[in-house]
Amino acid sequence: MKRYLRVLGLFWSTAIAAEMEYRVNFVLAALSSVGNFIGSLFSLFLFYRTGYTFQGWSWEEALVVLGIFTLLQGFSSTFLVPNLNRIVRQVQEGTLDFVLLKPISSQFWLSTRSVSPWGIPDLLFGFVMIGYAGIRLGIGISGYFLSAIPLLFGIVSLYSLWFMLGATSIWFVKIYNVTEVLRGLLEAGRFPIVAYPTAYRFFFTFVIPVAFLTTVPAEAMLGRGEVGWVLGAGVLALGLLFASVGFWRFALRFYTSASS
Amino acid sequence: MKGIVRKARVLLSVYYAQMVEYRAELVLWVLSGSLPLILMGIWMEAAQGGRFGLTPVVFARYFLTVFFVRQLSTVWVIWEFEKEVVEGKLSAKLLQPLDPVWHHVAAHLSERVARLPFSLLLVVLFFILYPQAFWLPSWSGFLLFVPAVTIAFALRFLIQYTFAMFAFWIERAAAIEQFWFLLYLFLSGIVAPLELFPDNVREVVLWTPFPYLIHFPAALLVGLPVDVGRGFLAMLGWFLVFFVWNRWLWRRGLKRYSGMGA
Repeated sequence: MKRYLRVLGLFWSTAIAAEMEYRVNFVLAALSSVGNFIGSLFSLFLFYRTGYTFQGWSWEEALVVLGIFTLLQGFSSTFLVPNLNRIVRQVQEGTLDFVLLKPISSQFWLSTRSVSPWGIPDLLFGFVMIGYAGIRLGIGISGYFLSAIPLLFGIVSLYSLWFMLGATSIWFVKIYNVTEVLRGLLEAGRFPIVAYPTAYRFFFTFVIPVAFLTTVPAEAMLGRGEVGWVLGAGVLALGLLFASVGFWRFALRFYTSASS
Repeated sequence: MKGIVRKARVLLSVYYAQMVEYRAELVLWVLSGSLPLILMGIWMEAAQGGRFGLTPVVFARYFLTVFFVRQLSTVWVIWEFEKEVVEGKLSAKLLQPLDPVWHHVAAHLSERVARLPFSLLLVVLFFILYPQAFWLPSWSGFLLFVPAVTIAFALRFLIQYTFAMFAFWIERAAAIEQFWFLLYLFLSGIVAPLELFPDNVREVVLWTPFPYLIHFPAALLVGLPVDVGRGFLAMLGWFLVFFVWNRWLWRRGLKRYSGMGA
């Protein structure tokens, strides 16, 4: 465990040092985050400006959902995109060999090797949105802690799904963009799940568990979370995490190095 | 003239063969454009109350068309061009008696053809699942839609290719596109038809190129009221602006270009 933490420290300090070479890009990323922030607010505003509300979600409550969505966006561009989208390149160029030879878990290496500070502005804006809505709604400190639990589950589920999709590149080198499909579908998390028609709700709860990523944590924060949903999120997260570990082991059996 | 036709045919057939090789990837690109379909659901639900002036069926048609227009007008030239400049691969293309842009144009056009069956399949599938939304566009709407969507693609390509020119000066020109894409996403009518924007916002947006890339062709096909003359004029105007800017940057950029191996 200690060894892993030390390795993690090394990974991230080198990754950040490398990213600091491109400081202009950080400015551009920050600008993009501002644009994304304004655009997200604008598209939510289009629904609320005529007095329509998502069933049972006031403007501030919908903002909480959007805030959590922005947080997850920031999280995935900081931790998931720089790592999991690279698995395919490792397979293609045969450099996965070197990863497999190292005396640590290859899933750990592939999932944490890099970190990119580009998602930090998104994380900030997410907190701003939640903070603003939280003050308006008078959410207590316990609300934030309560929502941290399902949010953590959501993050684990998101990671596991993403990793499994990335791992399919062992078989299909050419479909490096399969994670883009997932990302496209995750956009549904911008809005509370009740805003969708029934068929969509079913799909985004049981097929692609978007509901567990944003709506369930938001409900917990607003103090109307149900134990059942949080438990469901936990079961889902653990299930997907174990599935991703198992899937990676299974996939590796089919790995035939590109270099040999 | 004959030479041009022959060149065009060779380029198109080569790139088409290449695109067909990557069919699995193409299907995934088609699926990754699911955002309009997601928004369709949420807007149809919202329109039930009748507060937005459009019926749920119109929303369904609109967003389906948006999905289709996006399929026909996706552009990725900046990533390719950036790579060519950074890795110095542009040098080899500069030796050919052909402006390198035609390689990209041919790749995009043939990808359209290769992608079309999949996107049409999805559209058919949609109508099977939701037959109420099926409609036959009016002849005039359809006849205007075809040139509108063609120009929309050309304009989007030209704009992105203009940004790609910045690869001569900065290392990651694609970051410009990423920022531009956000404006495109929120202002072009992907998140909501322009009819729902507040009036003053819409007036401003109509002067930008964005709504003509998505909303204008989609509205023509669905039959929402739009100012046809103004639409085509705006597209033409923006096309000229970006064309001049593009050629100017291209000349300046080539002088600076000293790619690897050049």
